[in-house]
Parts: sequence; structure tokens; C-alpha cells
Amino acid sequence: MNMDRYSFWTLARNAVSGHRKLRPAWRRHQPKSKYDVLIVGAGGHGLATAYYLASRFGGRNIAVLERGWVGGGNVARNTVTVRSNYLRDESIPFFARSVRMFGELSRELNYNLMHSRRTMIDIVQTSPKLRELKRRMKIMDMHGSSYEEISVSEVRRRIPALTGAREGSRLPIIAGMVHKDAAVNRHDAVAWAYARAADSLGVEIHQNTEVTSLVVDSSGRISGVETKFGTISARKVALAVSGHTFMLARTAGLGLPLRTFNLTAFVSEPIKPVVDVVVNCPDLGCYFSQTARGELIIGGHPDPGLSYRRDIKQNVFEGTVSGLLELFPSFGRLKLLRQWGGHLDIAPDGSPIIDRTSVGGLFVTAGWWGGYKAIPAGGLCLAKLIATGEHHRLASSFTLARFDRLDYIMEAGTTTVV
Amino acid sequence: MSGSRLPTGGKIDRDRTLAFQYNGQTHSGFAGDTLASALLGSGLRLATRSYKYHRPRGIVSSGIEEPSCHVHLTGDNASGSEPATRVELTDGLTARSVRGWPSASLDLAACLQLAAPLMPAAFYYKTFQWPNWQLFEPTIRKLAGLAPAPVEARQLDDLKARNWHCDVLIVGAGPAGLAAAQVVAEAGLDVLVVDQETEFGGSLLSSSQRIGGVAGHVWAKGVTDMLAAARNVRLLHRTVAWACREHNLIMLAEHPVPGCRVQQRVWRVRARTTILAAGSHERPIVFANNDRPGIMLASAVRDYAVRYAVAAGRQIVFFTNNDSVYHCARELQEIGMKVAGIVDVRWAVSHDVLTQARGTTVHLAHEVFDTRGRRGLAGVRIRPVTGGRSTRISCDVLGLSGGWNPAIQLWSQCRLPVRYSDSLATLVPDGKAADMLAVGGCNGAMQLQEAIQEGISAGAEIARRFGLSLKQMDPPVCDSRRFTIQPYWHSRNPSKADKAFVDLLHDVTLRDIHLAISEGFSEIEHVKRYTTAGMALDQGRTGNLNVAGAVATRLGKDIAKVGTTTFRPPTVPVHFAGLGQFGGLGQLPYRTTPVAPWHISQNAVMYEAGARWRRPGYYPRNGESMHECVCREANAVRNGLGIYDGGPLGTFDLNGRDTAGFLDLVYTNVFSTLEDYRGRYGLMLGDDGLILDDGVSFRLGRDRFLMSTSTANAQTVQRHLERLLAVDYPSLDVKIVEVTSMWMNATICGPFAREALEEIGTDIDLSNNAFPFMAIRFGRVAGIEARVARVSFTGELSYEINVRSRHLAKLWNHVIESCRRFDITPVGSETNHVLRVEKGFMSLGHEVDGTVDAHDLGMGWIMSSKKQDYIGKRAVMIRRQSPRPRRQLVGLLTKDPEAVDIEGAPLVDSPVDERSRGFVTASVWSVVHNRSVALGLLEDGRRRIGGSVLVRECSNPIEASVTQPCFYDPDGSRLRS
Amino acid sequence: MLIIECPFCGSRDEREFDYGGLAKPPRGRIAEVASDREWLDYLLIAEEQGEIAEEYWWHVRGCGEWIKIRRNTLTHDIESPEGASRS
Repeated sequence: MNMDRYSFWTLARNAVSGHRKLRPAWRRHQPKSKYDVLIVGAGGHGLATAYYLASRFGGRNIAVLERGWVGGGNVARNTVTVRSNYLRDESIPFFARSVRMFGELSRELNYNLMHSRRTMIDIVQTSPKLRELKRRMKIMDMHGSSYEEISVSEVRRRIPALTGAREGSRLPIIAGMVHKDAAVNRHDAVAWAYARAADSLGVEIHQNTEVTSLVVDSSGRISGVETKFGTISARKVALAVSGHTFMLARTAGLGLPLRTFNLTAFVSEPIKPVVDVVVNCPDLGCYFSQTARGELIIGGHPDPGLSYRRDIKQNVFEGTVSGLLELFPSFGRLKLLRQWGGHLDIAPDGSPIIDRTSVGGLFVTAGWWGGYKAIPAGGLCLAKLIATGEHHRLASSFTLARFDRLDYIMEAGTTTVV
Repeated sequence: MSGSRLPTGGKIDRDRTLAFQYNGQTHSGFAGDTLASALLGSGLRLATRSYKYHRPRGIVSSGIEEPSCHVHLTGDNASGSEPATRVELTDGLTARSVRGWPSASLDLAACLQLAAPLMPAAFYYKTFQWPNWQLFEPTIRKLAGLAPAPVEARQLDDLKARNWHCDVLIVGAGPAGLAAAQVVAEAGLDVLVVDQETEFGGSLLSSSQRIGGVAGHVWAKGVTDMLAAARNVRLLHRTVAWACREHNLIMLAEHPVPGCRVQQRVWRVRARTTILAAGSHERPIVFANNDRPGIMLASAVRDYAVRYAVAAGRQIVFFTNNDSVYHCARELQEIGMKVAGIVDVRWAVSHDVLTQARGTTVHLAHEVFDTRGRRGLAGVRIRPVTGGRSTRISCDVLGLSGGWNPAIQLWSQCRLPVRYSDSLATLVPDGKAADMLAVGGCNGAMQLQEAIQEGISAGAEIARRFGLSLKQMDPPVCDSRRFTIQPYWHSRNPSKADKAFVDLLHDVTLRDIHLAISEGFSEIEHVKRYTTAGMALDQGRTGNLNVAGAVATRLGKDIAKVGTTTFRPPTVPVHFAGLGQFGGLGQLPYRTTPVAPWHISQNAVMYEAGARWRRPGYYPRNGESMHECVCREANAVRNGLGIYDGGPLGTFDLNGRDTAGFLDLVYTNVFSTLEDYRGRYGLMLGDDGLILDDGVSFRLGRDRFLMSTSTANAQTVQRHLERLLAVDYPSLDVKIVEVTSMWMNATICGPFAREALEEIGTDIDLSNNAFPFMAIRFGRVAGIEARVARVSFTGELSYEINVRSRHLAKLWNHVIESCRRFDITPVGSETNHVLRVEKGFMSLGHEVDGTVDAHDLGMGWIMSSKKQDYIGKRAVMIRRQSPRPRRQLVGLLTKDPEAVDIEGAPLVDSPVDERSRGFVTASVWSVVHNRSVALGLLEDGRRRIGGSVLVRECSNPIEASVTQPCFYDPDGSRLRS
Repeated sequence: MLIIECPFCGSRDEREFDYGGLAKPPRGRIAEVASDREWLDYLLIAEEQGEIAEEYWWHVRGCGEWIKIRRNTLTHDIESPEGASRS
């Protein structure tokens, strides 16, 4: 790869020159009029797809087109949780692979993603939820993933700040589930690291290049995209635009089974370490972890109504906060520092779509309901499909065709989104 | 001691001395001080340490924008990080700087400064990879966090929330806000005026400008008194507007007066219009070593002197690119403080402005490019802006003014446009909005006259919108002050860019910005995220524009094109405790039936059973284990008599000409053929073919049905039905009334149920012919009007005795008393679960998984083929065309009869299978068979009956035989008996 | 917390309503007459998901009517509320 090696020694060497000799993480280019592959969206999935296309499948002449800035999509607005406690045979191997890939990514991309296997603990307060999570535990074991039940006292021992929901309260804690593989890392770094690595392999990244519509030729095949710089041609175009997938696909006359939702996340002021694990409270609809900087990064339920805002309705936000305070009353004294909303698109079964479409040459990666964790595997699988025309083994079920027979891979409504 | 209290002046109460502790040392101040003014007043300059390099830092501002000194309170008022400038001094207050150990003055981590060259922006992305990040993470986490984690609040009422409605909300009570308030108040509108300070007046509080012939603060006091006396006006001090939500819901945070137990009160204000008059914040200038204690905002130097009688130092130098410091200098001179010099980057300053600072040396066309001093500022180095020889000026305070940033956070949150103003070198609101008007400083009005005029005009416009007439109001005449500015973000070619700070709280330097750009992170959002500039507790109120300016300068771009990062709520950090008031499952109480006290008196273990209903799980007696107890209860139902509280089941009364046809539409099977007073089990699907609910409906007449639903889904079902009636089939005549809580029941079940009901006493003919299974009868039971239904969830003869809720307790007691000879046994939902699994009855929470349909559950008979259409029919037909093998309901008997805890386990053909063939949906200890029995969904399960399968209970595969999904009375003779 | 204009009751707090999902044409006899493809499109593909969301709300703690509103998905501005029943 054609890029600076990052290490402590590079830093030390560059300290002498005041770090002036480091090359840009990615270069700027004038858009050409034609590429082999266009990827729309320089978020996590778009960049990962470009990187794997170039690195694993020898893809050349690839461009990523981004409306705003690199990493400005949902990869900039999420709760950085990486986990694989899913329910279905189709999902678990995919997400488990993604989690493993994340663990090796810092080395592969030569970028410290601050990946930290923190472990996730689900705080369970109702028996239907416990039943469902134990079912996950048993099927995950079959797929070699670890998920274990622990006692209430063990939950409290491992999360000392958990002082609410005691015996006798409205919804007392009845058990905990431990997901050892779960990790957190630094979301911006993931986007930047993929962008840098893709750039070094010759992928062109064009920021501030919004795709306004898709161009379809007379035979019904994709022929390129419209941008403010004019038409850019390509025989293969992949959409990795999250909440905007539905609208953009529509410009090619394509209807996709997706609904867009607004999901909130927020951070507290930074404090000294108070919780070491990722905490998920499925019954009250909130989850959080503490960043290396000390902020608690907290997520909650989506707003059921469609919204493209970057904030969330006050009542939805307060619902999440009330859940958090129910379990962690001391956090009432903590302050909210920043808040944002992200837009995700969800398929009827809650499982992703990594597939070609009925428009020849047009590919889509969508339905990422908590897609941050899926970036490496999602990128790899889409890259393989674009390059070879064949589905990756791990993602062969995540097709659009499944909706033609309503063959759902039901993951919806089975857990809080993380 | 360099800082000190002036002998006279200030708005402090010198008769009330307050002692407080800061970083373990005792100091004193006066009532009316903030922690910051008291610290400066007692001569403490090195008040804290910086975030990354642990450099000595002091207090920089006098307001909420404080970019340097954050503290946390300890003791009773323990808090997270707060700017020292916002902490009102109280007697006995104890506070610590969030950085500096063992103290800010002697900080052992200051040795990190030596490693500074190794720690440029985002250095952590380039290192700590070997051997792995998790080795370094714990240490870094400990170093990084600010205040310690909070402990639980002593009192629940420490933090509160209130709601408010008004016609006009005015945010900021400076000159513009007060002028606007006066107009709308006189027009008679309901007004709420909020201001972040302890006193109204904003910039007038420490300025000597005159309005209408009187001192500005006197005018402000006059208007405030008038407003306070008006009945239609409410004033809130110490209050910040922190978010602008949907439909003009404005969120406020009020810090009540010190000593009040409430720490913060959140207000949700529904204002029909908002006037934003939040003023502006002065911004500093960036140059090498611009962070030494003693380097402050120019206006803060003045504020401390005028409002708190605190001289921040003895030798004051100002550094500026605009006119405002000259007025500051005059105001300081008026109270007897001397300004040693003004360094101004501009070539020319108008005569009027220069004369303000008469007696002060003015260095035109010069810039400060470095400072010196060890633990505080000792002097500055200046040079001509065109280059040339540098000179030194000794000073202990450097007041900076790089221009003014309008407080547009709230404006920008509302997605209203902002533009860069060349003449003001800052971002200002662009135009007007329907619900929000910006006036005064936050609208870029730098002239007092202009600010007041904007306030009056905005007030008048709103009054007109409300259709109110106004008497002509002449704006008071104000002192005028010129304001010109020359954009200037940082000193030219700083040789020590690594020590020129653009964000003090996060220790981000000019070199960091340059590094980000050279590494390709030149979009403003990238600069912010890569360097973390503007992401600290102050949200970059003072520093953000300097970051944009530095980026523009480096790229040779117009600053207007560089843009700004998004302002996200909240505008200031807000306690969570005042939030979390809307909704939240934990806040809603349980629902219980009228006999809950009886259950509890019988030692019942109460469970949540969906839809917030709390009902008995089982009733342990004399130290029984749960298993023993459930077996005893189950045996009672199978061999004797049980009683069950079935009240929470959702019940709806449907009435109207088209009811029968409507049920044919919403259920898979036919209801229109049902005879009066007979019932039928129905399966309700969504149009996606997935099972929505199940339950029994009884026909009560040609056009009337009583529908029951599962407890948890009652609301979903109701919404589904109502939507169909309102939207899809509005011509149908069906009315739905929920009667769940109107009728409650005691269900008696077991072979003695008929005898028991006779014993209880009823006028209903109970013979099997007169009252068969799946029938309902109206009559009297124990003298109470009742509806008795013969349904069964247990497989036994069963009567559900429904009475109005107010009679249930009476009925229940009567049943218990009159059935003693049958040893009537109360049974809970655990036992019910065992009985229904034995019988093979499906339960939504267990057997309904993903795409399972009625055929899979062995209820293909329920999918009517006679009907043209019903909800879900088409989807099931389409789904059934899929080649994917169907998972069908089967019974499972493990080879090991003791293996019970296998619920949820996948079913496989071999222990190394990579794909499951199904899973165990429920598994119980059967009292009939005295062994475990289970139900499962298995691919092609019905064909495999008689064969075997492996239950993969984690590492422990258990062989099981596949059976019919019914372990008890398969032909149903008992429940029909 | 939205303020929703009910065409029958006037402005009311969102808590009086239940969200009823995105609007689509009345089901009528579509399920009987549509082709598989048409039916799947009706079932799975939303009519409109752009700047304006057309959606139902049930005024369950109010007049009990279902209403249809057009809501701007950026500003939450609500236009042309109407009753959802056509009779």
C-alpha cells in the first residue's frame, strides 16, 4: 500500500519536523467522466466496499462519491457498539465475522481504531426478554459465539453504577446476559482508516459530490449517475447511502422495501471511568458505553415517524433518558453534552440487503439497522458481489429476492438497536 | 499577589464574607461573587491545568462561554464539571479544578508537556497499536475523564422539570431583549423573559453606556422593574435556553438561587414566538503561549472590575483587531484602573475611538506573537504586523478581543440560515423566521441604539401578528459607539504554532489544525473531529470561529466558504435528571385485577404478564420450591379443581350491521356462520401474513360479538381493527368498545368444575347439551349478574365466570368459600403454561416465530379456503411458494426424561451441523407423564414424527423423539366433557 | 412532542394520538385482484418517503377519528390535516 506507516516511531520521527512530512490520508482528484465502479456514499459501508474491492478483488478505477465529507454518514452518528448476539442462522455467522474483522482492522489498516473488547452486558428485566436472549445464547453457541447468562448480583458486581431497578421496584432486574465478543471503537477512525487505505490502492474519493439521480440506459441497465459536475458514467454503481437509499433508488424507477427511521444518540460530559462494559437495557430501550475520553455515549429507541432531522423529538429523547435513570439514578447528576439523530432504513424483517437490483449493474447495501458493527463484513460481501457477480457465503441470504416470497429473516423487534 | 479586590465599587455585598475551599485551600469572597471572581479576588491566577499537556491555566471569561476553568463541586452539592464563572459563591462551598493532581498549582502530570511533540492532534490513531490498544486504554481512560462519576442524589427533588406556555419567549435580557419585552408586555401578551445571569441587563451591567439620559444599568433596572410588576410577564434568572425542538418547543435550564435544594430545573416552553436576544461572546486571538494564566477576554477584565470590584492584575495590556477594547479601557480608567497599552493589528483607528483610551499607549499595526511567564503571565512580545523588530511589554493581564461571536446556537439548531458578515467578521443570522426573531448582539447589532431598535421592532411585529395595536414608541436615545473590525484569527507565521491554542479546553493548537489539513482533513467537520476542537464542554463558543479562520487562512480560502460545524443541542450542558419525564415504562404503574390483594395474601409470586398487567405466577405453600408448587397446582387442575384469574385478557365488544363480515375479514377462519352464543377460536394475521394475535370470539347476536385477544397485544389489535375500519373499509358499520377492565373473571377448571359451579350457585343450565364447549351463557352466579364462557386454555372442563369488575372480589371469595370441599387450588401463569404445553395449545410468545403460519402450527384448518379474501391471505399464499422448508410444530420427548431446561435450544441433525433445523419453543415438567415434555418448531416436522432429532443444549446435545404436538387428551374429550 | 392539528378537535398534543403509520391507498379489493408483484409492492413499498411524509394518526384519546396529515420530515411542519375516513 502506498501510504505512510503509522507507529510510535513515525510519530517520534515526525515530532522533529513538527509532523509536517505526513502525507494526506487521502488525496483530492478532479472527477473523471467514467469509472469501472462507482460507490455512492463515503460512509462506513461505502468506504469498506471500495477498500475490499481494491484490496481483495483487484478492483481498479473505482470512485466513491460523497454528498458531504468522508465519514459524514451514519458512521459519524452511532454508538460505536460492535456485537454479534443475533437470533438467526443467517445473521450470526455474518455478524460474528464482522466482529472478528473489526478486531484485526487496526493492524490491517495501520490505524489505531481504539478497538476495545469491552464485553456487553444485557440487563434483563422481563421474562419474555430473558427467554428470547437465552434462545440467542443457545443458537449462538452453535455458531461458536459466546453469550452467557449471569445472576443479578453478578450484573451488579460488574456494573457498580447500576443502583436502580432493585427488588420490589417497578421492573426489577431478573438476570444479565454477557456477550464477551462485544467491542467498542472509534467511529470516525473507522471511516478515515478505510478511506486512507482505499486511497492508497488507487480508489478516488470525491467529497462534496452529491449524486442527484441515477442514470439508466434504454436497456434498463445503469449507465452512471448525475452530479453537480455532470454525468459520471460507470457500468456498476453501488448505493451505500443508508436513510437515503429509498429516495435515490426511486430515481432509477426502483422501489425498495425500506422504511427510514430517526434514531437518537447522545453523550454526557466526560467523567472518570464509571463503567467498563457496554451496557444494554433492552426492556427500557437504552444502551451505553463510556468512551476513552470519558463521555458516556448513549443510544435509544427510534422515533416511529419518518424524519430527516439531525435531532430527535423531545418526548422520544426523554423516553430514553427516563429508562437510563431508572437503572442508573446517579446519572441524573450527569450532564448532557451533545446530541444527534441518524437516519436508518429498515427492511420489513430487520435484516440487511446486500444485493444486485432489478436495474442491471446497480447494487445496494441497505437495511442496516445498527449497521456500524457490520461495516467490515458488509463491505467485504458487497465487494465480492460487485467484483465476481457471486454472493459471499456469509451474505447469500441477504437478497432482495427474499421479499418476492416474503421469506423473512426475522430480526426485527427482537432487541434494542445497537 | 497580583489580582486583588478594589477598595470600592462592584455589585458584591462587602458585609457578607463567604469562606470557601478550592483545591483544598481556604479562600474568601463576598456575597454576589462567582467562584471565578472570588478566586481572582483572592489573587489566585493559576486556577487549573489543561486537558492534555497539563499547562497552567487561569480564568478567561466571565460567563457561560468559559473556555478554560472548569471545576467540580464536592460535598452536598457535588456536581460534574461546571465553569467556575457560573458557580455562584456560597458559604462553605468546596470545589476542585477538574484537572491538576495533587493540585492545580503542583500538577505531577505536567511532565506530559515534555512529550508534547509526540502528541499532535489525533496522535492516538497512529500509535498504541502494538501490542494492542486495550493495554493502553485503562490508563488513558483514567487520564482523560474530567469530574469523578456522580453518586446518587440524596433527594429526589434535587432536579426538577416544569412546563410553560406563553405567547412570546424572550431569550436574553440585555438591551435588545428588554426593549422587546417592554413592547410585547405593554401589548398585553403573555411573556416569559429568561436570562443566564443573576441579574437582567446583559452587557449593560458592566458598561458605562447611557440610555435615555441615564446609565444603561439604571435603564435596565427600570425596565426590569416594570416587567416584574406586570401580571402578564414572568421573569427567569440564571436560565439558559438549551434546545429548540419540534414545533417551537424550547427547552430551558434554570439554575435556582444558591441554597435552594433544587440544583437545576428544566423548563419545556411552548412559545408561539421566540425572540432570540442572547447577545454575543467575545472571542480571543491565537498566538504562541496564548494560554498563560492572566490572558483573558478583554470584556472579562472589565466585567470583573466593574461587577465584582476585582482587578485581574496590575498591569493590563489589550490586544485587539476591533474597536470594543478602547471603550473597555475607558471604563476601566473610570474606576481607577490603568491600562498599560493597547496592541492593535490595524493600521488606523478612528479618532473617536482612540480618544476613548486617552493616556494609554496604543501600538497600531502591531501584533502580540508570544508571551512569557512561568506560572502566570509576566509579559508579552509584540512586533509590527509587517514584520520587523520585536519588543517586550511587561504585564500580568492580557485582555484579548478578536471580535464578537453572536450567540446563534439556538438559531442554528432550528435549521435557520446563518451567513458570514464581512463587516463584523463573524456569523450572523440570515433573515427572519416565522417562529423565531433574532435581535441585538446575537443578530450582529453592535450598536446599542441599533440593538434597542431591533428589540422594539421585533416586539411590534409580534404584537401586530397577534392583531394588537400599539401606541407609537420612540426608542430612547443611546450613546453611540463606533464598531469596526479587521478579520484577524491568529498571529502571522507563528513559529511556535504548537503552543498557540485554538481550543483551550481540549488543548488544540494551531499546529494541530495545520496538521489536520496537511493530512487531508480539511473539511471543517473533519478538522473538528480530527483535532476535537470545539467538542469540549464549552462547545467552542469562543474558539470555533478562530478554528474556521485558521482553516481559511491555511487553505487560502474565503472563510464564508469554509463554513461551520453543526450546532447540536444542548447549547450548554444540562443535567439528565430534569429530563426523562415523558413516558418511560418504569414510570407507568402496574395494572392489577380487583383480586390482586387476595393473590398476595395467598403468598403469590406476582409477575408482569404483558401490557403492564401483573398477575400471579404461582402460589408456593410452606416452603415449597417453584417446581413442587407448580406440580401441585397442575395436578389440582388435572384431577380436581383450580381457579385462575383471567381478567387481563384483552376483551372487545363489537357491534354493528357488518360485524360478522368484518370478523371474516380480520380472522383467517369464518365467523359469519357462527350461531348465537357460540364461540370460535380465531387466528388474526397482518397483511404481511404474520400472526398478529389469536383468541376466542363469541357471537352475542346477529350483529354483536365479544372478541378476546392476548393480554399483551390488546392495544395492537385494537389499532389494527380501528385502522381497517377508518381507512380501508370506512363504509363498514362496526363499532368497537374495549371492555377488558369492565368485565373481570374467575376461571374454574378441572374435572370438578361443573359440580363446583353448581355448588357456587347459578341459574344457568350447566348440562353439556345445554351449555356445550365454546358457548357463552348469560345468567346469575352466586347472585351476581354474570357471563359464563366455556373456553379452555388447560385442556380441562373449564368455566370462565365474567362479572363486572366491581363484583369480582365478592364472587371470588364466594367461589373459594363454597368450593372448599373440592380443595379448590389457585393456579398461576406458570401452571397454565405447563398445562397448555401438555395439551399442545400454542402461545404467541413461544410458538410464533418469524414467518410461522397457521399451517405450520398444524392449524391449516383455520385458513379458510372458502373466503375470497381475508387479511394476510395473499401474503401466506405468496410465502408458501418459497422453496424454503417450513418449520412445523411438533412435540419433543427427550431421551433423558429429566431434561427440562432446553427451551430455546436449536434442533439439529448432527452435533456438528452449521445450521439449525428448528428450536425448542417450550419445555415443561409434565405432571401427567411425570417427565419433561416439549414443543418445538422443526423443518418438515410433521413428516418426522416418529423419528428423532438432536436438541443442541449448548455443548450438550440431547436426543429427542419427535411426536405429535399434544401430550394429553388428544381428541379433546375432557375439555368437551 | 408534536402539536397535531386534528381537523375535528383543533390543535392537540401528540400524546393524545397513536401513530398510525405511513399512508397508503385503502386496501379495498386490491388483495383479490392484484398480481403477486402489485400486491408485494402495495405491501412493502412505501408510497412516499421524502421531504413530506403522508401519515395516519389515530386520535385515540380525543375524538377517536383517524386523520391523515402531510408532515415535513425536516421541520415537522404539518399541512392539510384531514379525516382519513371517506364516508
